[in-house]
Amino acid sequence: MTGRARTVGQIFAIGAVALLLVLLGWKLAHNSGGVADDLAKGKHPAAPAFELSRLDAADGKLSLADLKGKPVIVNFWASWCIPCKDEAPALQKTYEKYRAQGLTVIGIDAQDFRGDAKGFTKRFGVTYPIVYDGSGSTLGKWGVTGFPETFFVDRQGRLVGERIQGGIDTERNKAAYAEGVQAALGQAQ
Amino acid sequence: MIRLLAAGLAALALAGSAVAAAPPRQADLEAEIVCPTCKTTLDMSTSPIAARMKTFIRVRIAAGDSAEQIKAQLVDQFGPAVLAEPPKRGFDLLAWLLPLAALAVGIVVVGALAWTWSRRRDSGVEAREPDLDPDLERRVDEELARYED
Repeated sequence: MTGRARTVGQIFAIGAVALLLVLLGWKLAHNSGGVADDLAKGKHPAAPAFELSRLDAADGKLSLADLKGKPVIVNFWASWCIPCKDEAPALQKTYEKYRAQGLTVIGIDAQDFRGDAKGFTKRFGVTYPIVYDGSGSTLGKWGVTGFPETFFVDRQGRLVGERIQGGIDTERNKAAYAEGVQAALGQAQ
Repeated sequence: MIRLLAAGLAALALAGSAVAAAPPRQADLEAEIVCPTCKTTLDMSTSPIAARMKTFIRVRIAAGDSAEQIKAQLVDQFGPAVLAEPPKRGFDLLAWLLPLAALAVGIVVVGALAWTWSRRRDSGVEAREPDLDPDLERRVDEELARYED
């Protein structure tokens, strides 16, 4: 091999390794735990935007931007998830209790069959808005790692309170849930 | 003879249509569909949604759907990432073509390197055959002759 060919080969190899390192860095930077990580560090990041089809109307869509200025509880769930069944009545109760104060609960049904989700809402008498995210496209941005998970968004569109992992009505999460609701309403103690 | 040939062709055609109309196999589909929560194929997963998807497949097979129809329904619910293999069309076709292209480039590069090295070795052998100094050659001949005597 001539000296020139060897030099070209070395440059090519170094370039390939550099490209792989850049790709690795990009992947690590974009593979974080979403806004949940920031929230855990005490920050109040903007709630990631989404626009998803409503479960009860095939052509209707709902986005977080539609609820600008309102406190929102965002609940990620799936019909096959057992703790989701346990907490559904408590979420419905919250919605009914604080609705007059402008609070909205949005359920994001992810990685689920649409028909199963419809059956779930009927069975548990859910009347708050449910959107369908079959592919789970929102999970990464929010940093959701399992179901159910619940986030609180204040009137400024920022995440407040704690991210609730697991049922909101469990002994472990009850206090954090109550505080999250108050924080979303702007009545944090 | 002609009748025999015609009968053979008809039998082949019938066999072909029977294969085409064969219902999809549950095991095949479970190996071709990915569980959305655990990212493994359904046959490797015991998650609740995987169990639900297996039931869905069983019900659709019983209803007479083809494999493509069942896959299309699952893609409609869970998105294209639910397929273990990307579809062979559009942008996803790249996933099939790029490895082949990389293989072809690799073969060309290895071939070119092997050719270059073989050429260098050949030229190296020639270079290692220097003309013997006449005086040295004479002395070697004399020494060899002495040993032969």
